[in-house]
Amino acid sequence: MAVTLRVNGKEQSVETEPDTPLLYVLRDDLALNGAKYGCGLGQCGACTVLVDDKPVLSCLTPLMLLEGRSITTVEGLGTVGKPGPMQQAFIEEQAAQCGYCIPGMMMRAEALVRRNPDAGDTEIRDALEANLCRCGTHSRILKAVARARDLKRGGGA
Amino acid sequence: MNALSRRGLLKGAGALVVSFSMSRAFAQEGEVAGGAPKEAVPELPGALAQSPFLDSWIRIEADGSIKVFTGKAELGQGVKTAILQVAAEELEVEPRAIEMITADTGQTPNEGYTAGSQSMPNSATAVRNAAAQARALLIGQAAGRWSLDPATLRAENGSVIAPNGETLSYGALVSSTLLHVEAQPQSPLKAPDQLRQIGQSMQRIDIPGKVTGGEAYVQDMRMTGMVHARVVRPPSYGAQLQAVDTAGVDAMPGVVGVVRDGDFLAVVADKEFRAIKAMRMLAKAAQWSESETLPDSSALPDFLRQLPREDGTVASEGTPVPSAHTYEASFTRPYQAHGSIGPSCAVALWEDERMTVWSHTQGVYPDQKAIGEMLELGPDRLRVVHREGSGCYGHNGADDAAADAALIAQRFPGRPVRVQWMREQEHGWEPLGPAMVTQVRAGIDASGQISEWNYELWSNTHSTRPGPAGALLAGRHSAKRFAPEEPELEITKSGNGDRNSVPLYVSPSKQVVWHFLKDMPLRVSALRGLGAYANVFSIESTMDELALLAKTDPVAFRLKHLEDLRAKAVVEEAATRFGWSNEPLPQNTGRGFGFARYKNFAAYCAIALEAEIDPISGRVQVKRVVSAIDSGQAVNPDGIRNQTEGGILQSLSWTLFEAVPFDRTRVTGIDWSTYPILRFSGVPASVEVHVIDRPGEPFLGSGEAAQGPMAGAIANAIRHATGLRLTDLPFSRERVRAALMQAAGTELTQNG
Repeated sequence: MAVTLRVNGKEQSVETEPDTPLLYVLRDDLALNGAKYGCGLGQCGACTVLVDDKPVLSCLTPLMLLEGRSITTVEGLGTVGKPGPMQQAFIEEQAAQCGYCIPGMMMRAEALVRRNPDAGDTEIRDALEANLCRCGTHSRILKAVARARDLKRGGGA
Repeated sequence: MNALSRRGLLKGAGALVVSFSMSRAFAQEGEVAGGAPKEAVPELPGALAQSPFLDSWIRIEADGSIKVFTGKAELGQGVKTAILQVAAEELEVEPRAIEMITADTGQTPNEGYTAGSQSMPNSATAVRNAAAQARALLIGQAAGRWSLDPATLRAENGSVIAPNGETLSYGALVSSTLLHVEAQPQSPLKAPDQLRQIGQSMQRIDIPGKVTGGEAYVQDMRMTGMVHARVVRPPSYGAQLQAVDTAGVDAMPGVVGVVRDGDFLAVVADKEFRAIKAMRMLAKAAQWSESETLPDSSALPDFLRQLPREDGTVASEGTPVPSAHTYEASFTRPYQAHGSIGPSCAVALWEDERMTVWSHTQGVYPDQKAIGEMLELGPDRLRVVHREGSGCYGHNGADDAAADAALIAQRFPGRPVRVQWMREQEHGWEPLGPAMVTQVRAGIDASGQISEWNYELWSNTHSTRPGPAGALLAGRHSAKRFAPEEPELEITKSGNGDRNSVPLYVSPSKQVVWHFLKDMPLRVSALRGLGAYANVFSIESTMDELALLAKTDPVAFRLKHLEDLRAKAVVEEAATRFGWSNEPLPQNTGRGFGFARYKNFAAYCAIALEAEIDPISGRVQVKRVVSAIDSGQAVNPDGIRNQTEGGILQSLSWTLFEAVPFDRTRVTGIDWSTYPILRFSGVPASVEVHVIDRPGEPFLGSGEAAQGPMAGAIANAIRHATGLRLTDLPFSRERVRAALMQAAGTELTQNG
């Protein structure tokens, strides 16, 4: 079955079994690294991506539900050469240890600040509750998201 | 740098695999044995002692390009950046001029495991000294060409500069043999006031790729023709495969093959999700016999205390003075998991009768040995290359996944095989941090000084790493059935289960015994800090009880019993920055303090915190944390802060939330709902880390210093807030609530 998606602004036709979770479509078919496999159970948030601006656990979302939808992964937020505000903020705060959970954190935070550009510290913390970090980088992640919010509000990048 | 003490440090490093050249081994023996001393052979700094050739660490090409090699691996701790900084510093080049090559049996020195906070003391020290000596050799070359005194020349930005401004680039000066020389004991290290890279919080070189979707992890490798494998692990430790009908799986779309080797079962498919579906089908088709091999988890401490044991004396010093008051207690720590967010993964390729394995292992050389034994491949036919994975915090499933990939790949020549463990496999099969019981009896004399210190601990070994093929699940489960190595009690300077079991505090007598438990009903191995976590928790809890008996402030009581000025400095720094006082706090809120010098010879770390306990739910909320750390000369202060913040929050998670559940047959904590960890709602409002820099002092490493002090500080804050001394980890809501209710009940009975 072929499903047409818009991934990071680009039309993509994917030909694979319709029950395939979006995570494997992104990683296996489209060679995107951003969404990570963490649990496959919707418990950790490492696979979080945006579907039409909403945070979605890609490990639990089958391809068949996504015809015509718009998907954003961390690759859609900017590049190494030209990082977007969310990426810039995480670099400036050095908000990573192993970094494995970070793209999922960034995508959930991106959804929050798109929905609520004035999100306060409590809202940031609440939004990230669904995502796990094992290195103990939480404090820096919170600071990075607040910085990204400010960068976006200031019209940066 | 004190070279003699460095040698002592290396000798004590139990986990480090060292391969001395013979001459050096004899030299070392001579020093230790004394006897008829010949001329003393000076020491080489850090890991140069094991790999003395400069070009093992640094290579400069004729085009001026520079490669720096380390046998240590980037685990998310930032070591790649820190080693780059020390190399750039002493080579007098910009960091971007250097390409860093990390742990790879095909390219780098054998530095054993990346573990024990030893990468800075060993590898960074070696690279720094090698770089300084390389710079001196390059300056010497230029001096020869110009017939000038080398003392008049200086190195800058990849060139040597003469007093008249003439320059020669490193590329023009280098020859193929220039750096192929053994290191000298003394290096012309730059003076502390001349440093430009060391001491700077350079941004980590790996973070930009990680936040933009770069190929950052072994999980992200995509090789041409690569296939995806999944292993079907037994349902429990003791399970054996009785039968499996693979016909249905073989017929599934995309399935390339099923591998059965004894109890080892795996399936390979062209695409990842097809491999998962095939794995599920294969798991259903497999019939296992299971047996009850696990203890009663509700009586774990009693079980540990009655296991057969071998006693090791860790300390037996001094004689007690009479005690005016004594404190006695037993503390327990459950099995705890590494719980990497990304389950283990590896890629292997069997081609032309040679194997290459890409793995997030902490030890490429030990894995080369273990996988080599399993597959009967010598080191000339097996290369293990480190690729980053999710943070490991010790011995997780990395080595096992590497062995899985190699075992499978050998059946599919020419096809790269990627093995990705599932969440339940990582949780169910990773080697856990061992459960422990400790028992302390300590006292104070009439003047409030510690009068005696008696301590026992019951624990398995905290390292069952490869080495032997029996350390690998694939080795154990395959038809060859390699047996796990029999654990042996060893008392070393750096310690294992007994790490940090001897308090740094002054006491007229210290008696410490490790009751070493050989039986390992649950699979265990190294988890960040080894025994230091439970031992420091026990010691720091006891220190607060003794301070109460002495009617002394707990920080003042610690200072009174510390002689080491650097230890005192971190305690004072943490207390001052926190605003430590005896001012009353709001109801149900307490202050807690914890301190340790990791391994008693590495980094110093002190932590002060404030916690609030909800008496209804039993929830412990740590509100703010202030810490101080001294890990010697600080190469990258922000890197030290990042590691210490991480240690604090991970230890908070262990201490409040974590215990691996199991029944008599199976580990039942197999995901994040059955093994909950810290989430953002439990994160303190602020976590401060103050780095005390010690220019000119040896690098001490930072990664594990906070684990023990944090547990002690939390326990002490709960005590301060509620009057309850909790001794059993973790301090879950249920446990805290039950303790509060029990205390309230006792109070009612007493009052009624």
